[in-house]
Amino acid sequence: MKELWQLFSAFARIGGFTFGGGYAMLPMLQKEVVDKYGWATEEEVLDYFAIGQCTPGIIFVNTATFVGYKRKGLAGAICATAGSVFPSVVIVMIIAAVLTNFADLAVVQHAFGGIRVAVGVLILQAVLGLWKKSIVDKLCILIAVVSFCVASFTSISSIWVILIAGILGIVVRAVFYKGEGGASS
Amino acid sequence: MTKLLLLFYEFFKIGLFAVGGGLATLPFLYDLANRYPWMSVEQIPDMVAISESTPGPLGINMATYAGFQCNGVLGSIVATIALVTPSIIIIILVSKILERFRKSSIVNNAFYGLRPAVVGLVAAAGFTVISMALFSPETAVQYQGVEAFLHLFHLKECILFLILLLIMQKKKIHPVLFVLGSAVIGIVFAM
Repeated sequence: MKELWQLFSAFARIGGFTFGGGYAMLPMLQKEVVDKYGWATEEEVLDYFAIGQCTPGIIFVNTATFVGYKRKGLAGAICATAGSVFPSVVIVMIIAAVLTNFADLAVVQHAFGGIRVAVGVLILQAVLGLWKKSIVDKLCILIAVVSFCVASFTSISSIWVILIAGILGIVVRAVFYKGEGGASS
Repeated sequence: MTKLLLLFYEFFKIGLFAVGGGLATLPFLYDLANRYPWMSVEQIPDMVAISESTPGPLGINMATYAGFQCNGVLGSIVATIALVTPSIIIIILVSKILERFRKSSIVNNAFYGLRPAVVGLVAAAGFTVISMALFSPETAVQYQGVEAFLHLFHLKECILFLILLLIMQKKKIHPVLFVLGSAVIGIVFAM
């Protein structure tokens, strides 16, 4: 029962304090899920992101479902998912009901000027940390750089980036490391 | 009641087919606005603006907002539950399959390629946020020479960026405090 509540509240905290959705969630996820509770390793969070990108639905919600299910089965999945959407639902409901011009308020825009900088720094920090851990050889560097460029400078969907990277991993490993595949995990 | 069922059905469909999250729900919302009187096409940009200036995933914020326009608080809840139901089912299935094949070398080799790709995607998200926060090429093109160069940067934001970067190197601060503190600084210095 306690862990179900922890799942709900941890994902509510993440959902309540990340702006911009998707990959911007990573620093908060690392803090709560990896550092604080040890529910998953950093590599597993990356795996969840990759799967979340290729499966229907919202990446953050999919990650919550994954972690919750891994810890406490169906009940865990539901609690974590409910937690992940709870703050958004409450806040957006209030705004829809009373503050239709919310996004135009000067105070909101100024706050976001500051928040964007903070989110940028947090993501940068997370990427540097991941770089040390997950980029184990030259092919990894190549994949990371190419996927960064494709996502930043083209309009190709990230789903393709993920699918091709996965296939590349299988093919390259099968060719160069015959018989000893899977050693890196 | 039929309205709520219809709402559930429509957002369930969006949850099932919008692959890639966030803005992937947009085309579906336009389609919805064209077919139902719940919301108008003109409301969608407002919805995006509100979603982007509130915490949480974009798709969820949009479902909540559209559900509220359609049927108040109950509509919000129904639309949001409908949106996440397909994810829950699919992710549980994927989890089960993954558990079974965790030891397989094909799965591990796939993840060997996937992890750096995700790092690249996260970096791209960071790049977008940082360039939005620190640079303003739209203002810079109105000037020439050195002035244009100076107007390329949001000075206050750049200073905050450097300070935060320094703090991050020295101390481990919880991201929540980081975000809240920056919001306050943004308001105080009118960023």
